[in-house]
Amino acid sequence: MDAPSGAGESGTAAPAENGWPVRLYRTLKAAGIGHMSYVPDAGHTALIKLLEADPAVICNVLTTEEEGIAIAAGAWLGGQRSVLLMQSSGVGNCINMLSLPAIGRFPLLMLVTMRGEWAEFNPWQVPMSRATQPTLEAMGVRVMRAEAPEDLVETVEAAAALAFEADGQVAVLLGQRLLGRKKW
Amino acid sequence: MTGPGTLARRDAVAALLADREHLLVVTGLGSPTYDVHAAGDHDGNFYLWGAMGGAALVGLGLAQAQPGRPVLVITGDGEQLMGLGALATIGVARPRNLTLAVLDNQQYGETGMQASHTAAIDLVKVAEACGFAAARAVRSMDEIAAARRSLAEPSAGPRLLVIRISQENPPRSLPSRDAVHVKNRFRAHLGLPQG
Repeated sequence: MDAPSGAGESGTAAPAENGWPVRLYRTLKAAGIGHMSYVPDAGHTALIKLLEADPAVICNVLTTEEEGIAIAAGAWLGGQRSVLLMQSSGVGNCINMLSLPAIGRFPLLMLVTMRGEWAEFNPWQVPMSRATQPTLEAMGVRVMRAEAPEDLVETVEAAAALAFEADGQVAVLLGQRLLGRKKW
Repeated sequence: MTGPGTLARRDAVAALLADREHLLVVTGLGSPTYDVHAAGDHDGNFYLWGAMGGAALVGLGLAQAQPGRPVLVITGDGEQLMGLGALATIGVARPRNLTLAVLDNQQYGETGMQASHTAAIDLVKVAEACGFAAARAVRSMDEIAAARRSLAEPSAGPRLLVIRISQENPPRSLPSRDAVHVKNRFRAHLGLPQG
């Protein structure tokens, strides 16, 4: 959870037509995403707004991130492709629940906004930031990173294919540098 | 809260699943998984053997993906307590085709019968506070039969049944632990491709 900020293109104004959130939204739609769960993060604000405004996408707000791992598995059982949005601090909440997609080879696509690694002002974000990638990898999740908007769309496209075509469990980390310095 | 219930868990689950037709079922790890398997294996069952706290949420995702089918989650009090926030998430999501059945013996049966919070905390009241369309305790086989009839009926939102079972520990009835197989079997049951 995060206080409002003007991070990158993710503020409260309507998403810019060619900004990365809009391109990311189109990429997810093209990958057949019809379902989404999230714990809010400022870096995901614009994407959340786009997905929630789409009547063809079912959206769930969660009390804690691991709920979304189980929901995504259930959605796949029922024939829906789901995406899960969270901040890096939420990855730690997911550890044991990641057993489910690992053992059942359930497609899993996570988009994780990073904190604690670039112009971070809050030291409490740093420990889980350091542990984010090792934690995911320890549970068998393939980790991909994007540091620039032009990389992000292509990376998510590749991650979605790996998840839904190859039964992969994939997390794309959105670097804090990409999201921009948090304004206070 | 009152003490433990008197219903035999296997009888209660078998009655809940009688003539199930289009019902899809997700089970919480431990005894509820064995109870559902003992009532008869079915392609429309997905059994959890882990991911504690996740059963109701697998049910939510399934209910949202299959809005035309009734979905029943059968789990235990300890499993649901680990996912207490799930009741809030499900209450807000408001699926009209999802029923949670919590087999409540007020104990952790798999691990030595330690007391669970439901000896002191009423899940019916928690679900009511979370905006469930219906939440009630079930104490008799007549009430089980009534609940069974209501499963396929339209609902304004999610429903919770707290089934007050006795503190017995029947012999294990083990379904497949191969989650890939059970997943693919489940999807094939719905006419979905393997994957």
